[in-house]
Amino acid sequence: MDSSHVPPPTDRRSFLTKAAAVVIGGIVAVVPPLAGLMVLVDPLRRKSETSGAVKVGSLSSLPENGEPVKLPVIATRVDAWNRTPNVAIGSVYLQRTGPNQVRALNSVCPHAGCSVGFRPGQNHYFCPCHNSSFATDGRILDPKSPSPRALDELPVEIRNGNEVWVKFQNFRKGVSEKIPV
Amino acid sequence: MKASLDWLDNRTGYKKLLHETLFENVPGGARWRYAWGSTLVFCFTVQVVTGLFLWLAYSPSSQTAWESVYYIQYEMWGGWFLRGLHHFTAQAMTVLLVFHLMQVVIDGAYKAPREVNFWTGVLLLLLTLALSLTGYLLPWDQKGYWATAVATNIAAITPVIGPAVQTIVVGSADYGHHTITRFFALHAGVIPGGIIAFIVAHIYLFRRHGITPKEPRRRPDAAFWPDQVFRDAVVCLAVLAVILFFVIRHHGAPLDAPADPSEPYDARPEWYFLFLFQLLKYFPGTTEIIGAIILPTILMGVLIAMPYLGRWKLGHRFNVAFLWAMLGGVGMLTYLAMAEDAKNVEYQHGVQVAKRDAARVVELARGGIPITGAVTLLHNDSLTQGPKLFAQNCASCHRYDGHDGLGKQPKDEVSGADLKGFGSREWISGLLDPARIDTPQYWGGTHFKEDSDMVKFVKDTAEYNPAQKEELRKAVIALSAEAKLGSQAAADVRDAKLIEDGKAAMSGTLLGCTDCHKFNEVDNAGDGPDLSGYGSREWLVAFISDASHERFYGERNDRMPAFGPDKTLTEHQIGLVADWLRGDWARPAPAK
Repeated sequence: MDSSHVPPPTDRRSFLTKAAAVVIGGIVAVVPPLAGLMVLVDPLRRKSETSGAVKVGSLSSLPENGEPVKLPVIATRVDAWNRTPNVAIGSVYLQRTGPNQVRALNSVCPHAGCSVGFRPGQNHYFCPCHNSSFATDGRILDPKSPSPRALDELPVEIRNGNEVWVKFQNFRKGVSEKIPV
Repeated sequence: MKASLDWLDNRTGYKKLLHETLFENVPGGARWRYAWGSTLVFCFTVQVVTGLFLWLAYSPSSQTAWESVYYIQYEMWGGWFLRGLHHFTAQAMTVLLVFHLMQVVIDGAYKAPREVNFWTGVLLLLLTLALSLTGYLLPWDQKGYWATAVATNIAAITPVIGPAVQTIVVGSADYGHHTITRFFALHAGVIPGGIIAFIVAHIYLFRRHGITPKEPRRRPDAAFWPDQVFRDAVVCLAVLAVILFFVIRHHGAPLDAPADPSEPYDARPEWYFLFLFQLLKYFPGTTEIIGAIILPTILMGVLIAMPYLGRWKLGHRFNVAFLWAMLGGVGMLTYLAMAEDAKNVEYQHGVQVAKRDAARVVELARGGIPITGAVTLLHNDSLTQGPKLFAQNCASCHRYDGHDGLGKQPKDEVSGADLKGFGSREWISGLLDPARIDTPQYWGGTHFKEDSDMVKFVKDTAEYNPAQKEELRKAVIALSAEAKLGSQAAADVRDAKLIEDGKAAMSGTLLGCTDCHKFNEVDNAGDGPDLSGYGSREWLVAFISDASHERFYGERNDRMPAFGPDKTLTEHQIGLVADWLRGDWARPAPAK
């Protein structure tokens, strides 16, 4: 490929070589990171698999006085390649609001995702991370609460007279709107 | 802009560094042959970049390694491309290392004062091979698992320290979680760290002593930039093009079925270690240490001694000749290994079975993998296990479509029915065909051929008139409906009336099946096998479990072993065979 008759490089030739070296070098340098970036952003195209309603408990087991009860949500967890049936994927507070009516609240704080506890003495929900407090219906109690919205209420259905079915979902934290994730 | 660059230069001195890097003198001007070293730096960089991105998705444990690699290869955006790039760049690197070594030795670049640089190069060669060896295991597939088992067992024959080294590397007495975590730490941390350190030393020493020019010099000296950079870039582009060709052709990198210590696999190392594999064949038994350790050590010793050998009068020629001879030997051994495998029918059959398992597990994995790992999918899959269990336990008498279930011809002569389509209308029609019942496809190999009421009955049907044949046809349809085969579900629904007529015909005076056989509620205490639920899963499991049971052949059973009571097969295994014979296996939705 070498030729012994190559004239000394002119500025023009030198410029072309430089340009070609930069362009070709750029091409070979960009391919591997591009392949990696595709994998890096792969999660952006995946939505959490929201299953339909799940049977969480029975109506008869909920206290008549409307005190909330925390119950696990048992469903199929899809985690990347794994599909695992019958595992706890979260928990909800169920609270009787009428003879045949139940309210379901996601037990996770809408502020930063900590687990919210119920304080029977004060009759409110309390998040130990940043001291958000919520009323039994999920409303924000403290006007200076760090939580941007009330506890996330979930759709409930009573089936066959006594079964409480909840459509379990998580929502984006830290914003005032309820945006499913 | 200029002011800030000046500020940066004042603080770091980067301009001088850049100048030194780019304007290194190339004696005799730029040449294509100097590009090999640069291609290796390029390949290593590709491996670091692609490796880090793969790390984002790789999960090192024996229940998740294969699974996460599957997920990268088949589910993630561009994952196959990333993985393929990493896989084939590794192979390109090995080839380029050989080119680089050849060029260095032929051009005499190993001689004084460049000895130390040569040795760092040899070390880099060994480290790169170690990178290949450790990377091969990480997908935790059959190929990586068994090849690593062989490699670490060979390492264990090293005197004194061998067994301890093996246990430390493997992380346990058996291969498992800690084998993967240790290999991963070596592959992604320790070895690349060493390589980076030695590349820095290698390039520093290279710059210190300069390029060894190829004589005669055909042009005046020139700077590294731009002519040599241009040539290096073009060669790197060519290397990348070759790699991309393989990546696209193979749609990524191969992935075998998940590692399974219970599933035999003919282990072969990656192609560039095949010569070692072949070499070991010539050193059987206790002489293995010669091929595995002594010979490679001697060869390495000569390589390391080359700078000294090169001082002798004919030393350089010896070195070049030695290298060519070594390459020739490696090439020859590699060829022999491949040629022997190509001729080895057993091996080729094993490769086919492994490919089938690999394709099947991917199909099953698309429906989600249990936390016990993808290997469970194969263990519980009748399409995978059925033919294997059949080949092992049934094919010494029976056939499946003329073979042993896995496509091979058993050594033993056929002495039982061919069970493909057992219980189907077609299969039962064949059994009741006077021309076929005593052929090897049905009872030709059994003692029923000579002396049985059933064969006599079937032979007599040859004389049937068309109306009687129609009765028989209905009986076939009715009996086959007992099996409740998935493949006949629609036909069974459609032919409900025929099935009712057929059931009646079976107890009728013409056919009189129930004279000998119990059939649902009709029981005349005959001694033929019970036909209620004939060919159904329950019937088949019970039959395979114990054909001598009075529900079936009783004392008249030919040679069918009692797989259940004898504990030859577990109930689960019998179920897998039954499901496979009935064509009943998971059919996940095809890929999106």
